[in-house]
Amino acid sequence: MNLTLHIWRQKDARTKGKFVIYKVENVHEEMSFLEMLDILNEQLIAKNEDPVAFDHDCREGICGCCSLYINGRAHGPKRGITVCQLHMRHFKDGDSIWIEPWRARPFPVLKDLIVDRAPLDRIMQAGGYISARIGSAQDANTILIDHDTAESSMDAAACIGCGACVASCKNASAMLFVAAKVSHLGQLPQGKLEREKRVLAMIAQMDKEGFGGCTNTKACEAECPKEIKITHIARLNREFLRASVV
Amino acid sequence: MTLDSKIPSGPLAEKWTKHRAELKLVNAANKRKYHVIVVGTGLAGASAAASLGELGYNVTAFCYQDSARRAHSIAAQGGINAAKNYQNDGDSVYRLFYDTIKGGDYRAREGNVYRLAELSNNIIDQSVALGVPFAREYGGYLDNRSFGGAQVSRTFYARGQTGQQLLLGAYSALSHQVGLGQVQMNSRHEMVELVVINGRARGIIARDMVTGELKRFIADAVLLCTGGYGNVYYLSTNAKGCNTTAIWRAHKKGALFANPCYVQIHPTCIPVSGDHQSKLTLMSESLRNDGRVWVPKKAGDNRPAGDIPEEERDYFLERKYPSFGNLVPRDVASRNSKMVCDEGRGVGSSRQAVYLDFRDSINRLGKDKIEERYGNLFQMYEQITAENPYSVPMRIYPAIHYTMGGLWVDYNLMSTIPGLFVLGEANFSDHGANRLGASALMQGLADGYFVIPYTLGGYLASGGIDKTTTEHEAFVEAENSVKSLVDKLLNIKGKESVDYYHKKLGKIMWNKVGMARNENGLKEAIQEIRAVRDEFWQNVKVLGSADELNQSLEKAGRVADFMELAELMTVDALHRKESCGGHFREEYQTEEGEALRDDENYAYVAAWEFAGVGKEPVMHKENLMYENIQLSKRSYK
Ligand SMILES: Cc1cc2nc3c(=O)[nH]c(=O)nc-3n(C[C@H](O)[C@H](O)[C@H](O)COP(=O)(O)OP(=O)(O)OC[C@H]3O[C@@H](n4cnc5c(N)ncnc54)[C@H](O)[C@@H]3O)c2cc1C
Ligand code: FES
Repeated sequence: MNLTLHIWRQKDARTKGKFVIYKVENVHEEMSFLEMLDILNEQLIAKNEDPVAFDHDCREGICGCCSLYINGRAHGPKRGITVCQLHMRHFKDGDSIWIEPWRARPFPVLKDLIVDRAPLDRIMQAGGYISARIGSAQDANTILIDHDTAESSMDAAACIGCGACVASCKNASAMLFVAAKVSHLGQLPQGKLEREKRVLAMIAQMDKEGFGGCTNTKACEAECPKEIKITHIARLNREFLRASVV
Repeated sequence: MTLDSKIPSGPLAEKWTKHRAELKLVNAANKRKYHVIVVGTGLAGASAAASLGELGYNVTAFCYQDSARRAHSIAAQGGINAAKNYQNDGDSVYRLFYDTIKGGDYRAREGNVYRLAELSNNIIDQSVALGVPFAREYGGYLDNRSFGGAQVSRTFYARGQTGQQLLLGAYSALSHQVGLGQVQMNSRHEMVELVVINGRARGIIARDMVTGELKRFIADAVLLCTGGYGNVYYLSTNAKGCNTTAIWRAHKKGALFANPCYVQIHPTCIPVSGDHQSKLTLMSESLRNDGRVWVPKKAGDNRPAGDIPEEERDYFLERKYPSFGNLVPRDVASRNSKMVCDEGRGVGSSRQAVYLDFRDSINRLGKDKIEERYGNLFQMYEQITAENPYSVPMRIYPAIHYTMGGLWVDYNLMSTIPGLFVLGEANFSDHGANRLGASALMQGLADGYFVIPYTLGGYLASGGIDKTTTEHEAFVEAENSVKSLVDKLLNIKGKESVDYYHKKLGKIMWNKVGMARNENGLKEAIQEIRAVRDEFWQNVKVLGSADELNQSLEKAGRVADFMELAELMTVDALHRKESCGGHFREEYQTEEGEALRDDENYAYVAAWEFAGVGKEPVMHKENLMYENIQLSKRSYK
C-alpha cells in the first residue's frame, strides 16, 4: 500500500516545529508501524534528508519507549497496544496518517517525535518504592498474599510508564500513572507501611512537575496500552484522602 | 597473562561464605569517599546501583534509554529460577547448581554456579520485599512453573512479565537512592570509552545523546552492566538499542573477552515474515509447559494443521527425548526444529517454522486456565501474526536470544582490568555454553544485589587507587579518540545507510556463525565480515552532526563495534573444534545428531586479548576444574 504521512518535525527543544508531508510506498500489511517508519527513514537517508527521530527499543510493547500520537490517538487506533505492536494491516492503501509526539507541557519535545519524560522518573524517586533494605528480607512465603490481591496488584503494576495517559488527557494529568504505582504497592502487605508517605510524596511531585488534575474524562483508560483501569485513580483518591486526614 | 579465577578454596558449599568473611571491608564512614560508576540499569545495573547507593557509596549510573526502567531486562517474560523447593518436589541448591552446570554443557565454573544457586533464594525474598507481585496460589503461597532443562518446578513468575516486575522492583530501589541523592542518574547517556589510568579503570567518557556533548566521569571503580550482544545478528529478540559498545571498547582497552561464540538461539520465536523485519519476538519458554511441538511426518505436507490427523504428526521432542519432552534445553530444542525444517517438514509459507500446539492443554485445562497463564503472550502472538493461537497452533522458529559469552571476570566479577567489574549478561561467568531458561534474571540480580556489594568493597579496601582528576591525559586521550571516531563516521558521506550494513553483517552471522557452524563456513565468514567492515568504513552514510540528537550516529557507532566483535566470535567458533551447548560444529556430532563435546581438549574458557582490528587475537586459557561434578554426556533422553 501507499501512504501519505504528515509528520511533526522539530529540530530541538528550542526550535519551532511543523508538519511535513511524506509519501511512503510499498508498505506491506504485516509490517509494524515502526517498520513502516524505518522504511521512510531509509528513503529519507537515500535522499540525504534527516531521518525522523522517534523513541523505540523493545518493539514488543513492554519497555514503554515508543510514544507516537497517531491520527489524534496515543499509540494509534487499536486499543490495548503500544505503537510498536501496531501493524499496518489496520491501515489501507491511500490513507493519510498524522504522526505527532506526546503533547503535554511537562514533556518538552527534544526532537521530532521524541519528548522528555523525566518528570515521571522524578515522581517515582519521590515515593514510588518500598524501603526494603537489600539483604535483610525474610523468607518470601512468610507473609502470605492471597491470589486475588496479588493479581489485582499485578494489574496495576503492568504500567509501562509510557506516558500515553498524560498525552491523551486534556489536563495533561499523570493521575493514572501515579495511581498505578500507588495501587500496585499499596495493596501489598509489604507496601502498606509506607502508604501515606508514598501517596503524599508522589502527588506533591506530580503537582510540582506541572501535571494537571483529573476530571474523570477517562481518556487515559481508553488509551492506556496496558488497559489500566481508572478504578485505580479512585483508589488513589481514597489513599490520598486517608493520608491527608491521618 | 595467567588467568586467575580466584575461586576460593574449600568445600563447594562453603566457598562463598568463607570468601565473604575474608574480603576486606570498607568502613561505613569511608564508603562515602568512594565513587562508583555503574553503566546500565537493567537487572544487574539497577540492583547494583541501588545496593551500593544504600551502602553509602557515591554512585553515578547511566543508561541509553530515556529512563532506567526501560532497560532490556524489562522484556523478560517467563520467569526466574530459585532453589526454594516450595513445591516439595526435590529441589535444592545442589540440584539447581547441577542443572545449571549440565545445562551449560559443562563449560561453566563450579564455584560461580554454586554461588548463583545459593543466592537464588535471597533474590526471591528481596524482590517480594520490594513489592514484586509474583503469581500466588489460592492459599497465598508463591506459585511456580517449569522451565527447560529441569525436572522440578522452580520458576517464579509474574504473569508473562517477570522481567518487567523484577526490573521495576530494582528500579524502585534505585529511584529511592536517586531521590536520596546517593545515586546520580544519567539517562540518554551512552558510554563510548573506558578510561584506564595506571592500569586501573578510573572512569568513562559518555555521550549526552540529546546534546551530543562528550562528558568525562571519574570514579574509583567502573561497573559494566550493559547486557548482551545478540544484535550483532541484526535480527534477534533483543531490543533495538542493545549493543556491545561498552564491553567492546573496554575489550580494546585490555579486558579479555571470553567465549564470544557461545550464543543462545531460542527455540520459540515468531518466524521472520519478510525483509522489512526489524526484530524478532520471543514466545516465552514457559509456553512449552503446556504447548506441544510438532511437524507433519511427511515432507511438504500442505494441509492446515487442523486437518492433519494425530497419527501423521511428529511430536519430535517428545519422541526423541521422552524424559524431558517439550522441556528439553533451548539448544536441543532449537537444533531439532532446524533439523525437521531442513528435512522439508517445516510449516507455514516459508517452511521455516514448527507448530507449538495448545489444543490438548485447552481440552485438558480449559481455555480460561490457559488464558490466565499465557493470556498476554497469546495476545502478542495474535497482534503480530493475525492468527488466534487458541484455535490454530502457533508457528515458531528459533532466533538469536542471549549471549553466554562476554567479558572475562573472576569470582569477584572483576575483569582483567583492575577496577573494571562486569555484571549480568555482559560477563561470561555462569552459563557455560548454554543458558537454562529463567537463569539470566537470577544471575543479573545475584550479581547486583548480593555479589558486588561484597567484592567491590574488597577491591576498594585493598587500596592502591591514586588520586587523579578528569584532566589526566588518559581522559583527554579517551575523549579525543571518541571525537575522531565520530568525525570519521560523519565524514565518510558514503552511499548506504547504517542499517544496510547491519543487515548485511547479520546475514553472514546467521548463516555461517549461527545455529550450525562448520570450518569452511567460518573461514568464509571471516573474509566476508572483513569485506563488509571495509565497505562500511568507506561507504556508510551518516547524516546530521555530532552535536545534536542523532540516532543514525548512535547506530553507526554500535554497528562499527559489532563489525569487529563479529570477527572475534567467528575466530572463537573456528578454534573450538567441538560442539557444546549453543556452539554446534557440524563436524562434531554423534550419529543421532547430538552435540559432541571434547572434554579432553576443550574444557576451558577461551579468553581473547585484543591485538588490533583484523589482527589475530591472542587466546588465554582458563582451564575448568570439576571437583564436584563428573563430566558426562549431556542426555535428556
Ligand atoms: C525477550 C526476552 C525475554 C527473556 N526472558 C527471560 C526470562 O524469562 N528469564 C530469564 O532469566 N531471562 C530472560 N531473558 C534474558 C534476560 O532478560 C537478560 O539476559 C537480562 O535481563 C540482562 O540483564 P542485564 O542487566 O545484564 O542487561 P540489560 O537489561 O540488557 O540492561 C542493559 C543496560 O545497559 C545500558 N547500556 C547498554 N549499553 C550502554 C552504553 N554503551 N552506555 C550506557 N548504557 C548502556 C542499557 O541502557 C540498559 O540500561 C530474556 C531476554 C529477552 C531478550
Ligand atoms: S518500543 Fe518498547 S514498548 Fe514500544
